[in-house]
Amino acid sequence: MSWFTQTLTSSIGKKLVMALTGLFLISFLVIHAGINAMIFYNDGGETFTHWGHFMGTNPIIRTLEIGLVAGFIIHIVDGLMLWKSNAAARPVKYAVNKASANSTWYSRSMGLLGTLLLIFLVIHTAHFWIPNRSNQFATGEELNLYQMMLEIFQNPLVVLIYVLGCISLFWHLLHGFQSAFQSLGLNHVKYNGLISFVGTAFSIVIPALFALMPISIYFGWVY
Amino acid sequence: MSAGNMHIKLKVWRQSNSNTNGGFEDYSLDGVSPDMSFLEMFDVLNEQLIEKGTEPVAFDHDCREGICGMCSMYINGQPHGPLRGVTTCQLHMRSFNDGDTIVVEPWRAEAFPVIKDLVVDRDAFDRVISAGGFVSVNTGNAQDANSLPIPKVDADESFAAAACIGCGACVAACKNASAMLFVSAKISQLALLPQGQAERSMRAEKMVAQMDAEGFGACTNTGACAAECPKEISLENIARMNREYIGAKLSSSNV
Repeated sequence: MSWFTQTLTSSIGKKLVMALTGLFLISFLVIHAGINAMIFYNDGGETFTHWGHFMGTNPIIRTLEIGLVAGFIIHIVDGLMLWKSNAAARPVKYAVNKASANSTWYSRSMGLLGTLLLIFLVIHTAHFWIPNRSNQFATGEELNLYQMMLEIFQNPLVVLIYVLGCISLFWHLLHGFQSAFQSLGLNHVKYNGLISFVGTAFSIVIPALFALMPISIYFGWVY
Repeated sequence: MSAGNMHIKLKVWRQSNSNTNGGFEDYSLDGVSPDMSFLEMFDVLNEQLIEKGTEPVAFDHDCREGICGMCSMYINGQPHGPLRGVTTCQLHMRSFNDGDTIVVEPWRAEAFPVIKDLVVDRDAFDRVISAGGFVSVNTGNAQDANSLPIPKVDADESFAAAACIGCGACVAACKNASAMLFVSAKISQLALLPQGQAERSMRAEKMVAQMDAEGFGACTNTGACAAECPKEISLENIARMNREYIGAKLSSSNV
């Protein structure tokens, strides 16, 4: 094994990969939330569709999208590998374990929250990204994503699934954002307060913004 | 020691050796003094077991003043019991109530197999230290202490990391049975001092490789280790170890 693969497959290397891909996915969330929030202009989807068209057709963005898919896959596979080796490190469990005395439940549940997010991701991409890209591939034409949103979010069950997905994202980010900096070795008295504040604010603002989208459409605030 | 008047029920893990399956045994103790340490309470239990002609409970202990790192009981779901910053020998029965049931288990980790009852094999820690937790020192007269200037902050941080007694509570508390708080403390105490520079990158690479080979899990930054550590070793050490390891891997000449 070369020093490079040996490093990336070591315990610290796997954490490093989790942190780097996690921060990359966080940067994607900013763009995704920003562009989707264009629906709140309530202009019949004109601004949203303009930017959606840019994101769906610009060659640079489309190239970066390959990196995004790779980022998701690496984050998921690496997470599963860590989950497997971490579970193997304690084959016999404690009969009594008072973990609440020393850590938060969501920091201990990143694998569970990540799995919920993966299930949500499959549902979500099946709603929009996969049909749109398939259609572009087959006909070269984009689908009317705004109209699709208006239709899909009429189903209260779908809205509920999206809100639950956003809640999972909130807890996942609340630990993951700050945890990524610690894994990268960025723990410093001058910056810890900033990382903690930005991490918490980001974890609240982004999922809340996302959750507001299906809710607004369902209640007819955005049409 | 004041006359004991507490009644304590115990559920203790009993296991003959690493090849057999263990199980919990129930014990009932009267006349427990609130001033007894947790280990003294176990001494009383063992005296009674010996008088009855049964096998006493095997448990690790040595200095009984919180500096050796031998005692290692998982008490009511927490390593070294409910108090912060103490070892099991520094835990007293006044931390419990009369009539309490206390569940006592050994450390649980693939890398810490049970030898007998509450005693686990922590040789994995020694092998991690042997891999790189040392400095090369030339023999001869000790040089003047002031000839090696060390900033006070570095000396203090190094000293705080060196307070680790290697008890393994971090591994026991971690949901992943990760040894990163221990290994990072050992890497940090030497990385912060001029004497530790010669083997600095080799140390990070080899100690982490040995840690992985022993079957400890990876860190998910829950912070359980630092919360349960009897010597209150800081999570900053894990961040430093990550920097040391990644830096060493990127720049050392070991291909």
